Amino acid sequence: MQMLINRVNPYLALLGLGWLVPIMKIASGENLAQQLRDLWQQLGVPLLAIGLFLAVWGGIAARIDTSLGGVPGPAAVWHEAQNLVVEHQAERERRAEFYARQEARNAAALAENPAAEVRVRRYTGKPTYLDQILTSLATVFTGFLLGTLVAVPLGVLAGLSKTVNAAINPLVQIFKPVSPLAWLPIVTMVVSAVYVSSEPLLQKSFVNSAITVTLCSLWPALINTSLGVASIDKDLMNVGRVLQLGWFTQVFKIVLPSALPLIFTGLRLSLGVGWMVLIAAEMLAQNPGLGKFVWDEFQNGSSESLARILVAVFTIGIIGFLLDRIMLALQAAFTYSANR
Amino acid sequence: MGYAHAFVATLSLAVATSGWSEELQLEQDELRFGFIKLTDMAPLAVAYELGYFEDEGLFVTLEPQANWKVLLDRVITGELDGAHMLAGQPLGATIGFGTDAHIVTSFSMDLNGNGITVSNEVWRAMKPHVPMGADGKPLHPIKADALKPVVESYRAAGKPFNMGMVFPVSTHNYELRYWLAAGGIHPGYYSSADVNGQSGADVLLSVTPPPQMPATLEAGTIYGYSVGEPWNQQAVIKGIGVPVITDYEIWRNNPEKVFGVTEGWAKANPNTHVAVVKALIRAAMWLDANANANRSAAVEILARSEYVGADAAVIANSMTGTFEYERGDKRSVPDFNVFFRYYATYPYYSDAIWYLTQMRRWGQIGEQKTDEWYAATAKSVYRPEVYLKAARLLVEEGLANEQDFPWTTDGYRAPQSEFIDGVVYDGRLPNAYLESLAIGLKGTDTPASRELVSAE
Repeated sequence: MQMLINRVNPYLALLGLGWLVPIMKIASGENLAQQLRDLWQQLGVPLLAIGLFLAVWGGIAARIDTSLGGVPGPAAVWHEAQNLVVEHQAERERRAEFYARQEARNAAALAENPAAEVRVRRYTGKPTYLDQILTSLATVFTGFLLGTLVAVPLGVLAGLSKTVNAAINPLVQIFKPVSPLAWLPIVTMVVSAVYVSSEPLLQKSFVNSAITVTLCSLWPALINTSLGVASIDKDLMNVGRVLQLGWFTQVFKIVLPSALPLIFTGLRLSLGVGWMVLIAAEMLAQNPGLGKFVWDEFQNGSSESLARILVAVFTIGIIGFLLDRIMLALQAAFTYSANR
Repeated sequence: MGYAHAFVATLSLAVATSGWSEELQLEQDELRFGFIKLTDMAPLAVAYELGYFEDEGLFVTLEPQANWKVLLDRVITGELDGAHMLAGQPLGATIGFGTDAHIVTSFSMDLNGNGITVSNEVWRAMKPHVPMGADGKPLHPIKADALKPVVESYRAAGKPFNMGMVFPVSTHNYELRYWLAAGGIHPGYYSSADVNGQSGADVLLSVTPPPQMPATLEAGTIYGYSVGEPWNQQAVIKGIGVPVITDYEIWRNNPEKVFGVTEGWAKANPNTHVAVVKALIRAAMWLDANANANRSAAVEILARSEYVGADAAVIANSMTGTFEYERGDKRSVPDFNVFFRYYATYPYYSDAIWYLTQMRRWGQIGEQKTDEWYAATAKSVYRPEVYLKAARLLVEEGLANEQDFPWTTDGYRAPQSEFIDGVVYDGRLPNAYLESLAIGLKGTDTPASRELVSAE
């Protein structure tokens, strides 16, 4: 039992469930006082802090009056979160009705003229909040993937060769701090000029947002990869040379595995940056994700708008946290196997 | 839910007679239209929600846009098939002011529907100059004469007097300029050197997207603005400003938004275009039917977050035939929003020409143009043929009445005199009309020559 607990401990900590450990230890009959202290540290304090935060928020919110009404407190935000789910369900019903109507229409057309060409059109209603979350995730992963495909190879090259590093370093330093808001107009114009097709597979707004995410998020991955590669133990590289490994074998058997922990650190930072800039990019590019949701609600200016925007704030925060945890878990998994 | 049933009934009728797709072979049936969150996008929302688009076999997605510039650009690049546009946008784009693209319209979306709001502070300073009625309430229409001393005192104190409007070629810009100029306040000229239109201005006008107007006013960046609904009523209900005049009082039954598509799209999709206009005409008819009986249902639709999204009470204030000026001073303005009466949806050449005269008046058109040029430009942008074809089909299908459409018009309304300053506008004589306006470019003036004169 003891061994089992010790073995799962790091994984639970990784998932943010470290507080389960004291509970399990209590169950297995360990020193109660010590475990309770641990439990208080790991579970009690955070819960208390959240409770305190909600209380302070509720207290302050009620005092601030904006032209859209008071700042919503926790209860109003929770209410709107439920509302968004209800709206999602209502919209799904409308979608079902839409397809039923279309089926009836197609059937009627076929009955009249069996040769009539009928096809099923996509539902034309609004995307719901859940659809918007999925769009945002798809956008950020597309941008992140593109960024990774550029950053990791470039980082490996920069890490292996001082010359390449000297060449790209100034550019990296210049572009790294640029805000998505500055990239977006340029990306928009370039995409409009280059991405021309009568039946586009992807919407331009999606492409614009994804590329903006790429431009902002590839730097941490690039820098960390080159750092990771550059700081590989020289002995290891020399072994490769002694064995007269080919360049590719050298990279894939020695360089990448050794640099993996730092590459993952970079990717994790990149994904974080990507998720953060995505919202701004979506607002401006009108990509139908969370950013557009926030913008539309701000434009609506109804008495529920602020509460709905706060729902989005928490959604963005929680998803960002989960993405970070997933990357951390991946990093841990790969690092362990690489070290074994 | 009432219209949902009405819709099902309409649909089953359509299925029974199945008369919707035989006459028009649609080139394209999946369409994406853009709009700005304003109550005058109502014909689009109504045509969607009541199933008029589907009756025509059209599957339309409606998408709110961030601002007028983004909307126009996305129509030009083809991301949108068509959009709710400012009447000046197709004209401005076609003559190459701001953006260069040939945009056409076959459907006017509404008459009136805008207002001018000033901040509480400006209103307090203005009020002593406003004539009062026997009941102690301000006499409407309030002229800009009452604002003039306020602007002068700001200027004397060295503070620029800033006001917001929504777009350089917007109705709101021209209405605000008309109102100011009629009260002797100079709103400034555009020129190739001054794209902000502030040369020689007493009041500095700048662009703010409609939904941001109340917030910008509240922040003190601007002292007043000209915008469509619900953003004037929003200001009075939230207590951050006072609407002083509606555009109905500046120019009675002025043409407002249009439904714009690119010339290329219209050429490639002639039948689809007619089908879209058919659906929009039906929506407009529904909005004005039985003396605005459907307006409260329309308010419920517009208040949904995917359309205008403001509180229903705010939208209802203007959509149901009233308008609230000062808090509590709610007056009846039955024609504040007109969607179908008075041939509102017909694309009159004379409406287009009025906008062109205002572009000339304020220097967006830098040099003199002939009357023929005005007529030819209007004809290349406004396409009543498509409108009349759609109307004819609706009459044949028994969905509209013969007398509701101006079948024989030559595209020019009779000379109109219902402006706040009483000047008569005749669309056939744009140059003569420009001569009759006290402030503004006329004849062979160029923005540069007028500045020299005013500097002397």
